Amino acid sequence: MINRLPFYLFVAALVVIGLALSLYRHSVYGVPWLPGESRAQWEVEARIAFDATGDPVKASMAAPNSQQGFILINESTSSQGYGVALQENEGKRSAQWAIRSAEGKQLIYYKARFLVDPDAEYTIYPPRIPTPHVFEELRQTAAQALLSEAFKQSAGNLTLTREIIRQLNDPKNQNAALLLNSINREDAIVSLLSMRKIPARIVASLKLEDGRRRQVIRPMVQVWDANKLRWQLFNPISGAEGKPSNLLIWSHDYHSLLDVVGGRQSAISFSMIAQDISPQQATREKIEAEDLLNFSIHSLPVEEQAMFKTIMLIPVGALLVVFLRIIVGLKTSGTFMPVLIAVAFVQTQLLTGIIGFLLIVGTGLMIRSYLSRLNLLLVARISAVIIAVILIISVFTVIAYRIGLLEGLSITFFPMIILSWTIERMSILWEEEGAKEVFIQGGGSLLTAILVYLAMTSELVRHLTFNFVGLQLMILALILMLGNYTGYRLSELRRFKPLADR
Amino acid sequence: MGIGHSISARVKWLMMPFSRHFCRPKKLHQRGILGMNKRNHSYIGRYNDRSKYPLVDDKLKTKFIAQRAGATVPELIGVIRSQVHVPEIHQMVSDWGGFVIKPAQGSGGKGILVITHHKDGRYFKASGAELNQQDVERHITNTLAGLFSLGGKNDVAVVENLIEFNDNFVDFSYEGVPDIRVIVFQGYPIMAMMRCSTASSDGKANLHQGAVGVGLDIATGKAVRAVQHNQPISHHPDTRRALNTLVIPDWQQLLLLAASAWEMTGLGYIGADMVLDKTKGPMVLELNARPGLAIQTANGCGLLPRLQKVEALKAQGAAHATAEERVAWCLQAFAT
Ligand SMILES: Nc1ncnc2c1ncn2[C@@H]1O[C@H](COP(=O)(O)OP(=O)(O)O)[C@@H](O)[C@H]1O
Ligand SMILES: [Mg+2]
Repeated sequence: MINRLPFYLFVAALVVIGLALSLYRHSVYGVPWLPGESRAQWEVEARIAFDATGDPVKASMAAPNSQQGFILINESTSSQGYGVALQENEGKRSAQWAIRSAEGKQLIYYKARFLVDPDAEYTIYPPRIPTPHVFEELRQTAAQALLSEAFKQSAGNLTLTREIIRQLNDPKNQNAALLLNSINREDAIVSLLSMRKIPARIVASLKLEDGRRRQVIRPMVQVWDANKLRWQLFNPISGAEGKPSNLLIWSHDYHSLLDVVGGRQSAISFSMIAQDISPQQATREKIEAEDLLNFSIHSLPVEEQAMFKTIMLIPVGALLVVFLRIIVGLKTSGTFMPVLIAVAFVQTQLLTGIIGFLLIVGTGLMIRSYLSRLNLLLVARISAVIIAVILIISVFTVIAYRIGLLEGLSITFFPMIILSWTIERMSILWEEEGAKEVFIQGGGSLLTAILVYLAMTSELVRHLTFNFVGLQLMILALILMLGNYTGYRLSELRRFKPLADR
Repeated sequence: MGIGHSISARVKWLMMPFSRHFCRPKKLHQRGILGMNKRNHSYIGRYNDRSKYPLVDDKLKTKFIAQRAGATVPELIGVIRSQVHVPEIHQMVSDWGGFVIKPAQGSGGKGILVITHHKDGRYFKASGAELNQQDVERHITNTLAGLFSLGGKNDVAVVENLIEFNDNFVDFSYEGVPDIRVIVFQGYPIMAMMRCSTASSDGKANLHQGAVGVGLDIATGKAVRAVQHNQPISHHPDTRRALNTLVIPDWQQLLLLAASAWEMTGLGYIGADMVLDKTKGPMVLELNARPGLAIQTANGCGLLPRLQKVEALKAQGAAHATAEERVAWCLQAFAT
């Protein structure tokens, strides 16, 4: 027999290294074992992309500052060959990049780190009184009518704004419809307020959601509160008032977020990630760059980090599948198909995900049973199923959109090829072993996917897998050990019960 | 006492449905039941060389190596390898009474079409169901496309002679040829059962589809116990034949043939599927590199003690060079 000792030594080494790495991150970097109640820090990264034409390039981006709820701790940029300058005047901050000549696709990263602090201090610059906006003839009348209607029902700047948004949201309001025909809602609000000499502005805001990539800026309206001498935030669509704690204001001027001279097709997108590193550690973090042991995923750009937040969860899913198959003996159709389904569930939310899965597989099985009567060759049949799945997904998406079920739109996150194979395999199973086996295996897959989903969305699991890379080694060790388990499966305790009782 | 008592009572109450449906691992261990994990890890993984799997995963290859080793196999009528040759089937079988079409790489009874007789382009199954020429051609097309095969790979259709099963088995099996599964461990036939099809198994001899499994005494080839759906039964559900009267004729010869599968394949842990033909005696139907565990239920005893006995024998360095010696040893060692 082969000597198992090296194997066990290897597993032990994995556990020890994993533990050591985790302890190191905990004690030296101060990463807490449990996720904090509220996130301590946010790292937000702007990614600017454009095509340079070969001429000198000047890019300028509005940069964020400390604000209600957030303190800006540090910022950095990465851009190859560009000269960088950060400027500030009258509270307007901007980052500027310049280069003599550049050609082809250009990428510029700007990263800012914020500390979450409900008592954050920041300076407020009082506004100038705006010059009243003048619409062209017909709209001017409509604007005045709307404004005087709103004014009657209001008692100050803020109530007037509230009333304006309410009227703009009223589908039966003719004046509102006429105005919104030509300009955006947020522009309409600010223009209307200026007609009463009320200072208001459109700010660029970002919703902070952990691990999000390719987020876009959303416009919000700020109105000057003359009583409290501060800006009050309004959501121009919903009319919601006040600043939600997960809303970061990137710049006070929505319309001049990014300006690129010497480049075409410029675009900006944002990635963000929450970190639980305690504030005291923030300074110590700076030595991170030289630190070899920490040349970990945390030194990557935020966009890649956000991606790893999901990737690092896959091993947990794999561990669960291994456990369910080797220890429990659950039957699934396709070994790791449930993990992929669970990843889709993370995007779609659980309930929508389950309904979507059942709809697609159910309809797919019906279509497949028709295809099997056509007597096609296998590859053609699978391809037909793939196309059918795509059609099903599009039909359901359109239906969901039409009846206003916006959650239904996320159905497109399902991995289509995998689903097609699942349908094919289940339908063969149905023909050969009957419906019962299909329900056993389909149910097993769904159950596994739900369990994996629950693990993947657990705050604790997300926190641990992302912050403690050492944990991955321990998961690997555990899987290796499970691969050596030769005991009975739970399902066998049932299967062989008649034998044991004899 | 109150609280402690109520807690333990509650635990018992919670565990009750569990103990009604599940047994304790310790009990299974005492009975020497082989579990799936242990089978995969300690037997298939350890004794079956992966590079030799193709020999048994392809029924055509199995047939050739068995023939070369001098074993009897069902006669090969022909092989259909591509779609253009499909219509040739009618010409191919015209001189044969009954025949069977099966995917070379199928398993678990999938895609096996048994035709007992045919006349003027009309084909009949054992149940009397009639098929026309298109039906038969469609079945072959599906087989070639890999519908029945491992991983859905393209496959070839094997056409072989119908086995006329031994008269002793009349009424033990309903509308299907019963086969005898022998677990052969390093050349030692350690456990056997006969699988008899029933109406609910649709003429297939697959236990999980409702076929009857009859455990066989290694020493004598006599029935020890029979199960259907995991539960003991005494009579065949369709023919009402008492199952305990089953005796396999030519038993030693059959075991010999099974034991020789070790020399044929070099695989240490296999399930040999054997059939008894009326005129030609025991034949190798197919070999299995991942045989199931249901044979334990049919025999009412576990595989582990027998496997370990052979392992111990090997560890002592005992060398039984020929299949005869190994079978002789088994007849003694595993008599029940
Ligand atoms: N030549 C044959 N004549 C009659 N019945 C057969 C023949 N070949 C197979 N069968 C029937 O089909 C069943 C399965 O065949 P087998 O070759 O073992 O394929 P599988 O790998 O699917 O188990 C056998 O148990 C037997 O009942
Ligand atoms: Mg078989």
